[in-house]
Amino acid sequence: MSLMTRVSGPFTVALLVLFTVAPVLVALAPPHPGDPGLEQRIFYYHVPSAMMMFLAAFTCGIASAVYLFKNTRAADRLASAAGELTTIFGLIVLVTGPIWARKRWGHWWEWDARLTLSLLLWMIFLAYLLVRRYGGPGSAKLASAVALFGMANVPFVYVSVNIWRTLHPQTSYVPSLPPGNRGVFWFAVVAFLLLYSSLLAARTWLEALRDDLEELHLQIDQGET
Amino acid sequence: MIMSHEPTACRVSRFLAVAVLVAACAPVFAGAAFQQPVQPPPGYERVTGSQEALPAAPFLVAAYAVIWVVLVVYLWSIWRRLRSVQREVDDLKRRLEGGSKP
Repeated sequence: MSLMTRVSGPFTVALLVLFTVAPVLVALAPPHPGDPGLEQRIFYYHVPSAMMMFLAAFTCGIASAVYLFKNTRAADRLASAAGELTTIFGLIVLVTGPIWARKRWGHWWEWDARLTLSLLLWMIFLAYLLVRRYGGPGSAKLASAVALFGMANVPFVYVSVNIWRTLHPQTSYVPSLPPGNRGVFWFAVVAFLLLYSSLLAARTWLEALRDDLEELHLQIDQGET
Repeated sequence: MIMSHEPTACRVSRFLAVAVLVAACAPVFAGAAFQQPVQPPPGYERVTGSQEALPAAPFLVAAYAVIWVVLVVYLWSIWRRLRSVQREVDDLKRRLEGGSKP
């Protein structure tokens, strides 16, 4: 029995529980004392999505480094899967953030450090996917270098709110959550972590199947010549 | 040497289908959430007048809808790609087996 077969069942159950319970918990969470508006509840999905975007970027960057230096095909498969997930979670972050901002700030977008660097991070990983898709032979190595640049951008995105003057809430917002809100927030984080892990496993499996397909094509070509 | 991913790929497809179903059901639960009146803490005074012209609920609903749509579409795309690649692998294996027969 493969690892994928063993993990898919528990993940399905975990996702079922977490993603049906999480919205109810978010709804029943007490209003944040310093931030009682209804739109504050976007935070419970926006921030975990951002965390998964960072995690995916790190996974992609580290796997790309392994692929560059050790030429391991499994590392490249993982990097490809994580690169795609960075753009998916990044898309969620970049859409839900402006929706919150429109209500809170009165406008959709502000070219401040956090928002601009987040957009840049998302664009780097979009470029990573485009290089992989359309770069031709040898593009996996080139894309790996792009992923390293993307990963290097993550710490800057995180600390940008503390270094530069921005409208975006600071990183101290999460540690200062009241107990009632903190539990709901970490529950949502666990739900997203499970979602991320299962998507990463499924997407890596797709890459493994593609490798099999390529090998089968090679076998057929060799048989015909 | 070709590894056989056939049964696992089927399980993954089924797992993704269930995940899509879960994601699709979640807004029903979330819908109840949006009905909840927010109880402001003591000392909080609601701003009245033109500054509160934008109601918060549509923004909250829109944000959650975006999340679910993105996730469901992505899950569907993985499921579709898995099926397509699996089908192609099966076809090629059949071709290889057919070709190797005397």
